[in-house]
Amino acid sequence: MNATLRRYASAAVLQVSGRLDQDTCEAFRVELMKRVEEAAREGGSVVLDLSELEYISSAGLRCFMLASREAKAQQARISVASLQPMVEEIFEISHFNLVFQVFPTVRDALAAISAEAAAAYARG
Amino acid sequence: MRLRFWGTRGSIPVALTAADMRDRLAQALVQASGRTFATYEEAHAFASSELDFSLTHTFGGHTPCVEIDIGSDEYFVCDMGSGARPFGVHVLARQGGRPATVNVFMSHVHWDHIMGFPFFGPAYVPGTRIRIHGCHDVLEHAFRLQQSPPCFPVEFDELGAAIEFVKLEPDKPHVVSGITVTPHLQLHSGDSYGYRFEHAGKVAIYSTDSEHKLEDRAEAEAFAKFFRDADAVVFDAMYALADAISVKADWGHSSNIVGVELCQMARAKHLVLFHHEPANDDATLEGLLKEARRFEELTRTDQRLRVSAAYDGMEIDL
Repeated sequence: MNATLRRYASAAVLQVSGRLDQDTCEAFRVELMKRVEEAAREGGSVVLDLSELEYISSAGLRCFMLASREAKAQQARISVASLQPMVEEIFEISHFNLVFQVFPTVRDALAAISAEAAAAYARG
Repeated sequence: MRLRFWGTRGSIPVALTAADMRDRLAQALVQASGRTFATYEEAHAFASSELDFSLTHTFGGHTPCVEIDIGSDEYFVCDMGSGARPFGVHVLARQGGRPATVNVFMSHVHWDHIMGFPFFGPAYVPGTRIRIHGCHDVLEHAFRLQQSPPCFPVEFDELGAAIEFVKLEPDKPHVVSGITVTPHLQLHSGDSYGYRFEHAGKVAIYSTDSEHKLEDRAEAEAFAKFFRDADAVVFDAMYALADAISVKADWGHSSNIVGVELCQMARAKHLVLFHHEPANDDATLEGLLKEARRFEELTRTDQRLRVSAAYDGMEIDL
């Protein structure tokens, strides 16, 4: 599992790749919580770009849930985007699509945050 | 080995309402539109073979009570939820006046798991032997307490059966009247215990009222070992995963998804979703079953895991 950070205006896009399961979830949890705290401090948002995420287990989903709770507590915003079909189905099966805002693309997720973030993403 | 489910609901018994019944009847009539049935048997065959599961079954309302039938003269049963009442009727009918010997294994003593005992007919029959096994120190106290005034008109000491309480040690195999049973500590308020039953090469796991934190590798591996190669795992799947790890975290219950993951780790053959949330109607429970089956398909490696949802009256031959 790898997590790569990019910034677009006030939004942080964390691209997660590989498998997120029992073996990798703790390192990811630490990274994700750091990003949520930063986003909260800066009054911004976190978008999880899952286009490269191949698999997520219940342990991985729990990291997302912890991040969602932390984001709510700190009045930050978190969403997920660009899910591969299998991960998208796991989100639905586990009812995580009722907890997270799910966007078809990172562009859509950023557009829902701010015009500045979407424009920064368009500039590349 | 045969598992017979007398009670499958969690927390509190539920029943279909009059509105539910009318709705089902109306849907059945629509599905039978244009058909004629000359006899009750013809109509019954149609209902059994052609109507949807959701019209002909309900996931049942009794709280936990699961019988393990090994073809012995003695009875083996997990928990004494409200399903213990129909189980008692079954025992009395089968015994035909002869006193029975019943071995009970208690996951814990929360009310939904003991509430059927005052209505368990064989407890009133002199000559019946009831051995209540468990790992809690408060086992006997809880059974006596619920039959103390003003809660119930018949006190525990007035019951006709000879009732014995047997303390078991967790993670140690015990042989009880020919069946090997191993209890295992589970995460639940006040603790609960799962049971691994082994007989004639077959293994059944009864694991209810158990929350799992699969991010803890040691915990996950301990349960995978406990479930290892089981022919059936009766599993607390009260919630969808998102609920189990958010608003209902630390409520002591688990989810359909975690059931699939643990059974896959353990290479178990059959997952039986159990301890259904009382707020869930049959359609919701069917939805959770379908989701668990799909999750199993998506994550399957070399071995298929069969997935069922328990309902009152269901029997599984292992």
